[in-house]
Amino acid sequence: MEFLNRLLAFLANAIVNIGDWIQGLLVNAGLPDPWPLLIVRAIGAIVVGFFPLIVVIFLIWAYRKISARMQGRLGPNSSGTWAGPWGILQTFADAIKMIVKEDIRPQGIDPVPYNLAPVLVVFASVMLWAVIPFGPGGALIGTDLNIGIFYILAFSSAALFIFLMAGWSSNNKYATVGAFRAVAQLVGYEIPQLLAILTVVAVAGTMKMQGIIAAQNVIFLVAMPLTAFIFYMATLAEINARPFELLEAESELVCGYFVEYSGMKFGMFYLAEFMNSVAVAAIFTTLFLGGWRGPWVDVAPILGTVWFLMKMGLVILMWMFIQITLPRLRIDQMLNFNWKFLTPLAIINLCVTVLVNKGITEAFPGGAPAWTRAGILLATNVLLVLIVWGFSALGQRRTQRRMMAWEAAQTAELEVGA
Amino acid sequence: MTLVQVLFILFGLIVLAAAVAVVIVRNLFHAALWLMLVFFGMAGIYVLLEAPFFTAAQLFIYMGAIGILIIFAVMLTRGMMRQPMPRANEQWWLAALLAAVLLGVFVYLILRNVTVATAQAVPENTIHLLGLALVNPEGFALPFEVASVLLVMALIGAVTIVRER
Amino acid sequence: MLEQFIFVGLLFFVAALLGALPPALAWVLRPKRPHPRKGEPYECGIYPHGEAWVQYKAQYYIFALVFMIFDVEAVFLFPWALVYNWLPLYAVIEGVLFLLLLLGALVYAWRKGALEWV
Repeated sequence: MEFLNRLLAFLANAIVNIGDWIQGLLVNAGLPDPWPLLIVRAIGAIVVGFFPLIVVIFLIWAYRKISARMQGRLGPNSSGTWAGPWGILQTFADAIKMIVKEDIRPQGIDPVPYNLAPVLVVFASVMLWAVIPFGPGGALIGTDLNIGIFYILAFSSAALFIFLMAGWSSNNKYATVGAFRAVAQLVGYEIPQLLAILTVVAVAGTMKMQGIIAAQNVIFLVAMPLTAFIFYMATLAEINARPFELLEAESELVCGYFVEYSGMKFGMFYLAEFMNSVAVAAIFTTLFLGGWRGPWVDVAPILGTVWFLMKMGLVILMWMFIQITLPRLRIDQMLNFNWKFLTPLAIINLCVTVLVNKGITEAFPGGAPAWTRAGILLATNVLLVLIVWGFSALGQRRTQRRMMAWEAAQTAELEVGA
Repeated sequence: MTLVQVLFILFGLIVLAAAVAVVIVRNLFHAALWLMLVFFGMAGIYVLLEAPFFTAAQLFIYMGAIGILIIFAVMLTRGMMRQPMPRANEQWWLAALLAAVLLGVFVYLILRNVTVATAQAVPENTIHLLGLALVNPEGFALPFEVASVLLVMALIGAVTIVRER
Repeated sequence: MLEQFIFVGLLFFVAALLGALPPALAWVLRPKRPHPRKGEPYECGIYPHGEAWVQYKAQYYIFALVFMIFDVEAVFLFPWALVYNWLPLYAVIEGVLFLLLLLGALVYAWRKGALEWV
């Protein structure tokens, strides 16, 4: 019984306890002071770095299965060759195939940027995971930087030039045009994304990832659904998901900026794309779904990691459904959606949210109850959506009327001509 | 020598070497990529200065926005990738003179204020203080708003440039 | 402060390893049978005409410029958003004014047709 209790206590906080255990071993082995902690931290870095890779291996498999089921196609289970039960080994088979595939390089490439781009693209998406909290406390997060979410924004924005590097060095017009279109799309959608993040930072009052989670007594998806919507749309574009899948645009640009890559170098871009979609799911979970928060976390901190992974899985599933069912937009439609709808909406949303939230703070001198604050913010959001909806309906009707007038004029002209 | 000093020298060397490469590389696109490395090394130096906000801002603005802008500007040039331009034009002596004067001024200033480094610890919540100073009417409230006007003017200028075709 | 970045430094090496290892492995394992036909740029089977490094439109440039303007704005607004809970109302309105000016600029660019894809 005693043993069972101790085992349960160990399991309840398993990750932290394993770390402490390793550190204790190293201290007992007589290592001088900074080294045990440093080694434990290094092991943590390896775990954090490999986490997205492992998730992606299963994500690719799950994505294939779900998309095959939804689109009525053959999935990895029935690919002709046996690939494990339910086709679970398909991703490993693909990886092996890519590694042993010949690397076909076109003439006239710019060799150093060409070979460096696939390395950097994976590097940049792994670096995002440094500040993502996997559970409560300071031990289940890489490092709780006080710039938290700004660090993620900075790294994802600093990585943009890699696409230009890949496209430009390929000596292929499709790749170069694809790279420029990709960057035009990504820089555009970064604006509503950062405005949505600013809204969250203002309401939470901190940029620390753990602080943002701590501020969500009512999850921000409920309190600020419009902000969540703006952020989600922008991240869909950032990770090149289907309605905004113009980076690849198979029918127009053959494959976009990485058309000239083959073998494992192509695989690196593919991997980075999936890694980024896992990363943004984790960021969305942290910013809007309360991260690791859930029932009984204070009893067993390991549950926090479970909640976090479950919420992240839900966000990924949502991404898959959108990706699998929707067709692609045209590039002008996509840019219009960003510049003429999402960005102005994000600015107005930020202004209204900060003013209303300040008003609530002023109205309740003793501090507003969490649910009251969330309710008022939610009501403001609903009102804002209704106003925007009304305006867009008006605009649509006006465009329709203009179109009809134009058509009537054309017909009249034709009749006169006849 | 402490680890911080070693890292500072390392980052400094990276920045200097990359900056030299920016100037002497013939291919404009390669020069832009070297410039990215300069920006990245600067971000590392900001980390050592215990200025995380400026680290992120450096990556965000310089690598994310200005770097992209420079690469786009390179792509607007016609035929620059084909014929390598001569490294110097007929005004090189003027530039060399100005650079020498600037170097002299810097060396003079550095030699005069050798003990410029303060022993004060960096305050814990620097970003907090920055935010309060930005909107404080006795602080930087006016420059803060003027910055917004400046950004608006930059945007109007950009629109004008693109539309003049 | 600085010790917080130790993990970032450690992850830097892990991430570099993760990025470099698969291509390096492929470089060891893959067959190498070059052929001049394989080296042609893939442009849908048509023989490539001219170079890829040609001049592109100025349109891309304005998107990058607008993006840079919003980036700089974000760097000003992040400290403001961070201390927002401690600010009096007029300081919040200062930030809102900042944003509305930018919205005005965006609307200006929109009305002038600079945001059209051409």
